[in-house]
Amino acid sequence: MTSVQSAPTRPSSAGGNPVLEVRNLVKHFPVRSRGLVRRKIGDVHAVCDVSFELYPGETLGLVGESGCGKTTTSRVVLNLQPSTAGTVLFDGRDITGLKPSEMRKLRREMQIVFQDPYASLDPRMPVNEIVAEPLRVHGRYERHGRRKVAELLRTVGLNPEHGNRYAHEFSGGQRQRIGIARALALEPRVLILDEPVSALDVSIQAGVLNLLEELQDRLGLAYLFVAHDLSVVKHISDRIAVMYLGRIVEIATKDELFAAPAHPYTQALISAIPIPDPVKERARNRIVVTGDVPSPVDPPSGCRFRTRCPKFANQLSSAEQQRCIDEVPALVDHGQGHPAACHYAEVVNVL
Amino acid sequence: MSSRHDERLRSGRPNSGSHSQQTEEVSSPNAPLQGVALERELAGAPDREFTVAARSQWSMVARRFFRHKLAVVSLVVFVAVVLLAFVGGTLWHYNYQDLTGDYSVGPSAKHPFGTDSSSHDTFAQVLRGTQRSLEIALFVAVVATAVGTVYGSIAGFFRGWSDSVMMRIVDLFLTFPTIAVAAILGDQLGPRANGWLWIAVVLAALIWPYVSRVVRGVTLSIREKEYIEASRALGASNSRIIARHVVPNVIGPVIVTITILVAQAILAETALSFVGFGVKAPDTSLGLLVSVNQTAVQTRPWLFYFPGFFIIVIALSINFIGDGLRDALDPTQTRVRA
Amino acid sequence: MSAPYTDISTSRNLSHDRSNEDALLVIDNLSVGFPTEDGVVQAVRGVSYTLRPREVLGIVGESGSGKSVTSMAVMGLLPKSARVAGSVRFRNDELLGLSESALAKFRGERIAMIFQDPMSSLNPVYTVGWQIAEALRAHHEMSKETAMTRAVELLKTVGIPRAEERAHNYPHEFSGGMRQRAVIAIAMANDPDVIIADEPTTALDVTVQAQVLETLTTAREETGAAMVLITHDLGVVAGQADRVLVMYAGKPVEIGTVDEIFYTPRMPYTLGLLGSLPRLDSSDTERLTPIVGSPPSLINLPPGCPFAPRCPLRQPICDVEEPALRPTTSPSHVAACHFSDQLEGKAPADFFQATSADDVLPEDAQPSEQQIRDVRGEAAVEHLSGGDQS
Repeated sequence: MTSVQSAPTRPSSAGGNPVLEVRNLVKHFPVRSRGLVRRKIGDVHAVCDVSFELYPGETLGLVGESGCGKTTTSRVVLNLQPSTAGTVLFDGRDITGLKPSEMRKLRREMQIVFQDPYASLDPRMPVNEIVAEPLRVHGRYERHGRRKVAELLRTVGLNPEHGNRYAHEFSGGQRQRIGIARALALEPRVLILDEPVSALDVSIQAGVLNLLEELQDRLGLAYLFVAHDLSVVKHISDRIAVMYLGRIVEIATKDELFAAPAHPYTQALISAIPIPDPVKERARNRIVVTGDVPSPVDPPSGCRFRTRCPKFANQLSSAEQQRCIDEVPALVDHGQGHPAACHYAEVVNVL
Repeated sequence: MSSRHDERLRSGRPNSGSHSQQTEEVSSPNAPLQGVALERELAGAPDREFTVAARSQWSMVARRFFRHKLAVVSLVVFVAVVLLAFVGGTLWHYNYQDLTGDYSVGPSAKHPFGTDSSSHDTFAQVLRGTQRSLEIALFVAVVATAVGTVYGSIAGFFRGWSDSVMMRIVDLFLTFPTIAVAAILGDQLGPRANGWLWIAVVLAALIWPYVSRVVRGVTLSIREKEYIEASRALGASNSRIIARHVVPNVIGPVIVTITILVAQAILAETALSFVGFGVKAPDTSLGLLVSVNQTAVQTRPWLFYFPGFFIIVIALSINFIGDGLRDALDPTQTRVRA
Repeated sequence: MSAPYTDISTSRNLSHDRSNEDALLVIDNLSVGFPTEDGVVQAVRGVSYTLRPREVLGIVGESGSGKSVTSMAVMGLLPKSARVAGSVRFRNDELLGLSESALAKFRGERIAMIFQDPMSSLNPVYTVGWQIAEALRAHHEMSKETAMTRAVELLKTVGIPRAEERAHNYPHEFSGGMRQRAVIAIAMANDPDVIIADEPTTALDVTVQAQVLETLTTAREETGAAMVLITHDLGVVAGQADRVLVMYAGKPVEIGTVDEIFYTPRMPYTLGLLGSLPRLDSSDTERLTPIVGSPPSLINLPPGCPFAPRCPLRQPICDVEEPALRPTTSPSHVAACHFSDQLEGKAPADFFQATSADDVLPEDAQPSEQQIRDVRGEAAVEHLSGGDQS
């Protein structure tokens, strides 16, 4: 339904064509019965009709709570998991259903940095080898791979002399830098950052965020920044897409999203984040949503947020509620200047 | 820089799925205090803050192994037995086939283990038998590990129907009663030239399925690790991922398994030779010696007890080494030895 | 405490005037060491604080700062190998060194604990209602029926919908947020005087975190308990705590009211933490100011201030003498820094740089533009024969 045309959400600074275009992406995981014959008894609706564009040099934040499908989206975009439906266009070329060998070539252009710096580095490999692996895989190590590995380590703020050590000898922040160096080795144009700082302590996290910003400035990378922490996403992103239960519910530039959040979920999300400022925090008015995220195996009909929506519960008449139950809200501009997937979208100032 | 760190790597992070930077310390009253926090506490020191020397994973494993007293003693004993058998055997002034002219004499300086009724020096024969037993054990260890590791990692890595088919084949092998099958095959193949090698082949063929099961199990968990996905995202092929990431990470559990299986192989060879289906004269093995000399237990006990003692020493020492390795590689073992 | 924030000011005034006589929990020079292969890890190196009735003390620190170990020591929940010294007094009873059975009288009834992972406190094989009832019956004579009725009431209090039915569910049938609320209900069950909450919302999503924080407030209001709130999230502390204790390398480095800590920090570490935070409430796009380096290893800690290697104010004395907690802006606002005066009126950016570096890299080894180009492969041709086509 969505097919958001780029105009309202496009960053003013970025020109030209999107480097990455995701159109009506759907990803279901089969749920199988237990027992000898494992019949398919349902689907986890992990990602449902998600569309967005990523322009060269920009950062698109993909934010949502656990189970909202943001991580699955990042994996499907990378073709690490096949999509159920929809297309992913890289430079205008559909990469869903590419042959593995063709996909392998394309992997140079799109790389990923993982959440867990402890799990994403092979414990049996010295750091030099970890960073050299992409070069070896793509046959680029022979010429001056060692030099390049040293440069990569320096680029991410690590001392190349420590390249012979194993990952476990480094702190969390340093490991994440190693992961970034590995991702940069093939000189990609798009970097997918899957919760790259959520496993790090705040004082360390700031250094990694600065590094990412600096690399983007210098190398012109486009980032798809997947995270649950709205403060971090706000800091680093140009545009932000908010996901809930497999759907994008609102997408806007950073400033618009925080100044004029139109979807009740975005409002609740912003209002739930504690601000490290005692006076402001005491004066805040919380929009508290009730309950938990419903199961993606059997998502609510119509608007998926309606079961927890404070607006649905407190402000809408039963006739209005019926529309939320029957009709999936389209992700279109309801007059707030950016698209929001709510029939009754309305700006509420929550900060 | 600490073992804690290393252990966490192998144990994986239990809560890596949750968005947790805290992961601090103990979250359960029951959990022993082996939380992430301490690991981090020991961790976070780069260079000038290094107050504890950095160590590689294997050196940490070695360090923990060397604190396991029994395992260290066993290792020393085992190395001594190996040296005695292979070096000592060539230096000893009797060959195992030599007829010394001393018939059925008890232990003495000239014949430390005495002689048998054909005047063979029992010490030379025991050394020769030990050599054979160890050769068989080594062959079984190498072949069963190689085959089992490759087979198990492929089955575990690809999952699906190929895994099912491959593991049913393994199940089939596991239903064979080892000794009975080995006895039948060994009886056919044993009398040939290099009979011991055929026995080893048969034993290896019966033991690799155990290795492959262990490897498959470990592989199933490794394939879900993020560094595998990272490698795939880089464009690495499946064969590269298996060779570079899966196999190096299953080596630990495999080493433990194989020590246990090697001890079993030695005992199996002994049992086979004892019942007459293993190594055949004129060659000799510890099992054969025990078997031949069982009638002499009362009259010339040295003929029976010395080879028997070597069997026990070898099997026990390998078992204890395996215990030590298991503890050294086991991430859940208590790290504080008061 | 129906209006929590008006009460806070009173409790703050109390903190100046009253002596320790009405203190609920007094921790004095608590230290905890764990013997390991490499030596003793000094996880806690002399922590002292006082918890007064009804106040909320926030303990913040990064992983490994010893904040959780401190509270585990208070509850006597550390493994036997831990070496604990110092004193923990609840009212007038010394808790340290008590036997398990003697401690059991305090646990649950006087001091309740809430952990990060609710599943560690809930037994998977019993229903939630049964477990709350058991907690009640452990400390009070009451029939099973009465206990169950009270359990359902408690579940209602913590905001579990359809509590009568839900009481008969098993923990795995609850979502993460509901489990944590059930744990809070158990903590409330015996009307404790102190609730120690160790990262109670860290494993939860933000919208659920907001619910659970509200539940915690309800629990405090219902029971009148004081709370020790351990967290790494400065935002949570800002909204919940009356006083804040900042820990670094096993020691408190700054203690003060929440306003003092957030608006007039007197320890460079606190200032650095505040500067490292991406803020939802600021629209500037300035780079953050991280604290370079990592916390020190707590084995064989060198002399001097443990923060010195990362500190922008470092002077020779910092490597020699570890500063004690000294009063700063007010008698109750103490900080462990030789140069805390210099922090007056300063913002994080005045001391900390908006760098992306990690301290492993020496200053002169910062990547140059040339090296960056090398990484892109652009300059490779100039440097070496045979370029890297990319």
